[in-house]
Amino acid sequence: MIREHEALVVGAGGAGLWAALELAKAGVDSAVLTKLYPTRSHTGAAQGGVCAALGNQEEDHWEWHMFDTIKGGDYLVDQDAAEVLAREAIETVIELEHMGLPFNRTPDGKIDQRKFGGHTRNYGEGPVMRACFAADRTGHMILQTLYQQCVKHGVKFYDEYHVVDLMTEGGELGDGGRCAGVVAYRIADGELVTIKSKAVLLATGGFGRMFRVTSNAWSLTGDGVSLAYRHGVPMQDMEFYQFHPTGIVGIGILLSEAARGEGAYLLDNDGFRFMERYAPKLMELAPRDMVSRAIVQEIRAGRGINGKDYVYLDVRHLGRKKIDEKLPDITDFVRVYQGIEPYTDPIPIQPTAHYAMGGIPTNLNSQVTRDRLNTVVPGLYAAGEAACVSVHGANRLGTNSLVDLLVFGRRSGQQMVKDVRGVGMPEVAADVMEPVRAEIEALRARPKGERKEAIRKELADVMMDDAGVYRDAAGLERARAKVAELRGRYQNVAVDDKGTTFNTDLLEAREVGYLLDCAQTMVAACINRTESRGAHSREDFPQRDDVNFLSHSLATKGADGSVELDYKPVTITKFQPKPRIY
Amino acid sequence: MQIELRILRFDPERDQKPHEESYKVEASPMDRVLDLLHKVKYEQDGTLTFRRSCAHGVCGSDAMLINGRNRLACKIRVDQLKGKRITVAPLPGLPVTKDLVVDMDSFFAKFRSVQPYLQPGDPDPERERRQAAEDRAKFDDTTKCILCAACTTSCPSFWAQPSYVGPAAIVNAHRFIFDSRDDAAEARLEILADSDGVWRCRTIFNCTDACPRGIHITQAILEVSSKIVEHHA
Repeated sequence: MIREHEALVVGAGGAGLWAALELAKAGVDSAVLTKLYPTRSHTGAAQGGVCAALGNQEEDHWEWHMFDTIKGGDYLVDQDAAEVLAREAIETVIELEHMGLPFNRTPDGKIDQRKFGGHTRNYGEGPVMRACFAADRTGHMILQTLYQQCVKHGVKFYDEYHVVDLMTEGGELGDGGRCAGVVAYRIADGELVTIKSKAVLLATGGFGRMFRVTSNAWSLTGDGVSLAYRHGVPMQDMEFYQFHPTGIVGIGILLSEAARGEGAYLLDNDGFRFMERYAPKLMELAPRDMVSRAIVQEIRAGRGINGKDYVYLDVRHLGRKKIDEKLPDITDFVRVYQGIEPYTDPIPIQPTAHYAMGGIPTNLNSQVTRDRLNTVVPGLYAAGEAACVSVHGANRLGTNSLVDLLVFGRRSGQQMVKDVRGVGMPEVAADVMEPVRAEIEALRARPKGERKEAIRKELADVMMDDAGVYRDAAGLERARAKVAELRGRYQNVAVDDKGTTFNTDLLEAREVGYLLDCAQTMVAACINRTESRGAHSREDFPQRDDVNFLSHSLATKGADGSVELDYKPVTITKFQPKPRIY
Repeated sequence: MQIELRILRFDPERDQKPHEESYKVEASPMDRVLDLLHKVKYEQDGTLTFRRSCAHGVCGSDAMLINGRNRLACKIRVDQLKGKRITVAPLPGLPVTKDLVVDMDSFFAKFRSVQPYLQPGDPDPERERRQAAEDRAKFDDTTKCILCAACTTSCPSFWAQPSYVGPAAIVNAHRFIFDSRDDAAEARLEILADSDGVWRCRTIFNCTDACPRGIHITQAILEVSSKIVEHHA
């Protein structure tokens, strides 16, 4: 079956939905494909808030937000992108309010704001109230609000269509070819559907499922990032992966930084607020990479609770009223998943794999770029966590993921509206879906072999243990060898379900393949970056090295399947790199 | 401890009708039913089919009938279910696609039918619309809905009359009818005054009991009904 739309959006989280709205409002024939239902997307799990220098609670300026973003990212942020982010945060948050988002309100009825990690007044003087929020379910409200607007504007959805390949015209995407649409697998009945398009946005989110302890949904398997990579697009800055400090022990469910923004403490086994030792000025509101490292240091020093691998998050002193009004969901998670009452007991937490700073390289208009000269790949766009603009550099500040998907989701949609007007519909060969059909049928037909979940679990273990909060050469070499072994075994993966109806067994096996691509490039980029910057902490190279590594990594798939690394410079406009002290 | 999972299975490619299958899994009291379903799928039978994504009760993918009540599989623990046998079946009242997966299209169509989006009467101001905290509080509860369908598919009135718009759609209408920034309450009240609207509610409270977000659904339906009466008076 062959269809066509002027523009396609892959992924129905915040970035994808906002892009779809821009396309629909401009009257462009467009559609959204999602492997879930739109409201299941993981934007809905974001909790604490979305930063914008509205100044509703106290003086604030977008320049301060820009600076915090750059410093938070350990100067690997492209500063022109950070400027766009901080400026346009304001208008996109206001637009969301106009769309109906039920923000909490100040006493005079404005959008309420609270403190968040790394967001400061006057270039680092102290915490500032910048995060706009709806209780601790801000992401849920963003996802619902954008989906509601999509209903209003008649956006077309292909629900439960799993994109399994990108189509190209005029060569591979890494060699000057143009993206010509997608091949999608209709989950309900296993039909492969070809959809031609002039413009394809990859807004498929991250790949946290490569780690054992993660806040990420099961669906976050790097699909879009991997598909682009297989067609020659690099993965940028893959070594920078964020571990959020406060995940529920063992299962990784996120407990928002908003808890600390509202005044919660982090305590060691002696009941001491240990952030005093690491960030005396910002304390618990230091950026996430620093807090996660501090927790690991405390645990290594034997100051974890009863000597174990976790510390406490303590909200008791906030009082029931504030907890119920500002943090209702996360305290509910604690009750359900830990069996603990946060009114009266401290909460055991440990760092949890949370967010990819890296991803598909793009320019400021969300057009995908393929090399160190930022050459644009025609017809291909990326936004949200799948993309790397780069506004997060080496470490993302809390709330900036939501800011990113709003600002660049909108920009990508606007850019696609412009671009589809000037070009014709691509041509694709009639048998364009045959390679992916052959892959899927081979997987379905293999009578027996490796179990995909065994491969994923072994991957998750090695990435957590050897490519986690701290890294060194020996661990990374172990990870490299293990990922190579798993990639070999993956060639022999088999599924139990041979049917065509809603075959999640088959699709999950494909997802493991995407995770293996992302893990392979991540480990390669980690090995090559012999410095410590932001979330990439090399114990064997503890210093930041601006002489050799003030640059973005680009990992491209080599002809033999190995990873080829290149580097491109960071864009610096207003703020020269300085030591990063809080 | 060992738990027996009794799962209602149906594969349209193989089965004439649904049948129960039993699986034994090792479980700890803090395991969620979703963990047990994963154990079956990943260690015993990869053909077992269910939806899931966030695994902590916010995406709404894995609502199903667990021990006779609609629950999110990721938000109900083994110790809360008490006993060594757990039954799992798809949500009632929707067509079964396969095993625990139901066709949600009609459910979402009903959601869309109540104009679930803000319709302000005035042009957008330069900054945010002001809203008093007490005005926001009037619809706070119904903003929590994750469209999991646990409420609608637990409702006997919906089972008896599948064209009934159902609790979830009414909850989402309520979210806008009581939003001080919205100006289209009248249109939504017209829709819900229809024979398949709020009057089919018999205040059985199954929906409120089933809601994994703790929304006071029956109360929301009654508030909408009162508003219709007020509107017609």
